[in-house]
Amino acid sequence: MSDQTVIEPAPSAMLRPTTEDGVRDAVAWAISERAPLEIVGHGSRRAIGRPMQTAETLSLADLSGVTLYEPEELVLSARAGTPLADLSTLLAERGQQFQFEPMDYGPLLAEPPGVGTLGGMAASNLSGPRRLKAGAARDHVLGMRFVTGRGDIVKAGGRVVKNVTGYDLSKGLCGSWGTLGAMTEVTMKVMPRPETEATLVLSGLDDGEATEAMAVAMGSSAEVASAAHLPESVKGRFLDKALAASSTVLRLEGFAPSVEYRFSRLAALLKPFGPAERLDGDESQRLWREIRDVEPFCDGTARPVWRVAVAPSVGHQLVGALRLRVGVDAFYDWQGGLVWLRMEAEPGAELLRATIRALGGGHATLIRASREDRASIPVFEPQPAPLAALAGRLKAQFDPHGILNPGRMASTY
Amino acid sequence: MLKMPEQDSGVVARRATIVSDLRDIVPGEGVVDTLNEMRAFETDALTAYRQMPLVVVLPETVDQVSRVLAYCHKYGIRVVPRGAGTSLSGGALPLGDAVLLVMSRFNQVLEIDYPNRAVVVQPGVTNLGITHAVQEEGFYYAPDPSSQIACSIGGNIAENSGGVHSLKYGLTTNNVLGLEMVLIDGDVVRIGGKHLDSEGYDLLALMTGSEGLLGVVTEVTVRILQKPETARAVLVGFPTSEEAGQCVADIIAAGIIPGGMEMMDRPAIHAAEDFVHADYPLDVEALLIVELDGPEAEVDHLLAEVEAMASRNGASTLRVSQSEAERATFWAGRKAAFPAVGRISPDYFCMDGTIPRKELPRVLAGMRELSEKHGLRVANVFHAGDGNLHPLILYDANKPGELAAAEAFGADILRLCVAVGGVLTGEHGVGVEKRDLMPEMFNEDDLDQQMRVKCAFDEKHLLNPGKVFPQLKNCAEMGRMHIHRGQLPFPDIPRF
Repeated sequence: MSDQTVIEPAPSAMLRPTTEDGVRDAVAWAISERAPLEIVGHGSRRAIGRPMQTAETLSLADLSGVTLYEPEELVLSARAGTPLADLSTLLAERGQQFQFEPMDYGPLLAEPPGVGTLGGMAASNLSGPRRLKAGAARDHVLGMRFVTGRGDIVKAGGRVVKNVTGYDLSKGLCGSWGTLGAMTEVTMKVMPRPETEATLVLSGLDDGEATEAMAVAMGSSAEVASAAHLPESVKGRFLDKALAASSTVLRLEGFAPSVEYRFSRLAALLKPFGPAERLDGDESQRLWREIRDVEPFCDGTARPVWRVAVAPSVGHQLVGALRLRVGVDAFYDWQGGLVWLRMEAEPGAELLRATIRALGGGHATLIRASREDRASIPVFEPQPAPLAALAGRLKAQFDPHGILNPGRMASTY
Repeated sequence: MLKMPEQDSGVVARRATIVSDLRDIVPGEGVVDTLNEMRAFETDALTAYRQMPLVVVLPETVDQVSRVLAYCHKYGIRVVPRGAGTSLSGGALPLGDAVLLVMSRFNQVLEIDYPNRAVVVQPGVTNLGITHAVQEEGFYYAPDPSSQIACSIGGNIAENSGGVHSLKYGLTTNNVLGLEMVLIDGDVVRIGGKHLDSEGYDLLALMTGSEGLLGVVTEVTVRILQKPETARAVLVGFPTSEEAGQCVADIIAAGIIPGGMEMMDRPAIHAAEDFVHADYPLDVEALLIVELDGPEAEVDHLLAEVEAMASRNGASTLRVSQSEAERATFWAGRKAAFPAVGRISPDYFCMDGTIPRKELPRVLAGMRELSEKHGLRVANVFHAGDGNLHPLILYDANKPGELAAAEAFGADILRLCVAVGGVLTGEHGVGVEKRDLMPEMFNEDDLDQQMRVKCAFDEKHLLNPGKVFPQLKNCAEMGRMHIHRGQLPFPDIPRF
């Protein structure tokens, strides 16, 4: 290190509108100034995506508050900046929840936990272990209001579940990371919290055996809500080291008599894979929270972490193939189809993506990496030319001047 | 009367050349151009509208689809994609200057992958065909539109079809994993697969329910589920629709999500009973069928709760199915409701609005008033669990003015749905039927942004024009911006 003084750039000014019209005015101003905006809620996932060259920051954190909650109609609307934690508390008071179990990236990214907004959740299509059965965030988004990069306020969808009136723009904006519109209000389908939960644990299976066991479980009528495999190398990171060996875990939820019945059926069905142990209540909930938030890799380091989606049956093959070439640690959610990878050194994007293609396709997102790596390596899965061109055209139709999070997902969108 | 896009007389004049060029791409019997043979394609299930296409093409391979679209793109020829032709909203209504691209020859199940619970099919495979392919192993495909014996999975993608079980198991959009599709310029692209979630923008979300305006689907990967261990139904009669509505609300509020929850009003009950003799009670205003599925222990447990709620809400009759045969009988009347109504009226329109559940009594009362105003009868079947209404408007097309009155009645019902916080269409699509009502739900900015999505896929508006949007605007025109430099110095935005 030289003794040169490092001058931090002054934090750029932040636009903090408190109304939807204010968001529109801010975007209109940015258009007129040709000043690209970084759009943030609480900023909890700022470190995900390609580094951007933005002039200003548009914070939606002050655009907050629930605008509609009708528990018996299973619907909730809130302004985009409403804290997710507040919504979880509100829903819990009425025995409800977001069924897709939005994960918390905070600990993985060395940020505080429990931070984040409703808009950020939708923009990043946040889901957790229950996504396997219940669908992703986008499956629970019923409607949305947003401001386009043209400065127009647009309403999409509605507040009812069954709705095919026009294109499904509100689902389309999920997972667009703020590049198509600045959300101002989101309407969600909410669901009852299960009365009871229990987790069936199979111990000592290798990754291949676990994949088979999970396929049997998911193909049964036991209505398994989540299925994960925690290999030997990560077992010590869960439940205060209470797991004795590699653990294949299957979550059952519902009314108590139903859970009892399904647990015993599932245990019988999985007998060839060994004896079944059981976690109940708080312990079960805690385990799934730790899986959801990628506890094994919340290590305070900057080692690259990938989030990989593949067909469930090939997740372990992917890891096996990578291990022959690079140092990597891994565990599996979504029946083996969501692979969390921590690389020992380099991200190894080309090897990883070539292996995914060879195994039938999927996608890899570089969730944790240095700024340099995120600038030089495609953070999101690169698209074949016709799809990349289509994505570029969509971006241009929503944001012709590249005002909204330009370049966050790819060089052209 | 319905206004369709002005015919391209240049295309019509070149018909012979176009037919011949298309024959080079799709040889054999894949190009149909005689009036007699084209007659079978002049309408879909919205039979009030008929139109002969320019020519019908039935491709067999993805390459043929790609070359047909590239050809049409090059020469500015419109294309109307068609699956099984069961659209209730006129989504596959032909245009006189457009190639009707019929996907029925794409009828193969390509792969069944049980470990990943995924099935890969061609788009012409019927909805029920997927279930038939996997039922031996105890699996099924969950979305179950009433037309499932005939409708194709490609059409289900186009319309985002639902069905009786969508309350618990979701719509098409929640059950599709991947697509292969051909863009209007002939490019073949694949989105999704056997893995979950999209790699870039969620094109699956945009494609599902896009009514054939964005691309032509050539392959579909869907999620299959293991059949529930058991299913039982309760048939409950109520003296008023309010009590039935409250029972539905109580069930949902108790955290119970039934596999299906259907309601019928008095005219629909009577029509169905006369037709199939399902032993429905005839002295009730509303009939509720609640089906609970899952493990037996769960179903027994929930049945008891539902029975208690029904009694608390004043149920006048209540029967629990004691066998598979009896469960099927409970459903027989509901499933035959449309043809049953067809027996008591020469013609009927099937509407498809969705409302917040709690608004049901208000909407039913409003519908009774509208029925008097328009002088036409209406019968109601209703996916009560998710608020999706199917009012059936009875009319006689041979009586002067009745078709127009029925259309006006239908439009009023949909306006009422929107006014109480609902939407124009829950599962049948906009098509031509509800196209001109779109401004009831969306303002100009909302609709323009939807059309800009269309521009990203099909700038020349060649794919299925005249559907969904009341008026397709020129893409270049919509691209212009109307914001002036310096006019909006964000006066009221606090800066920190």
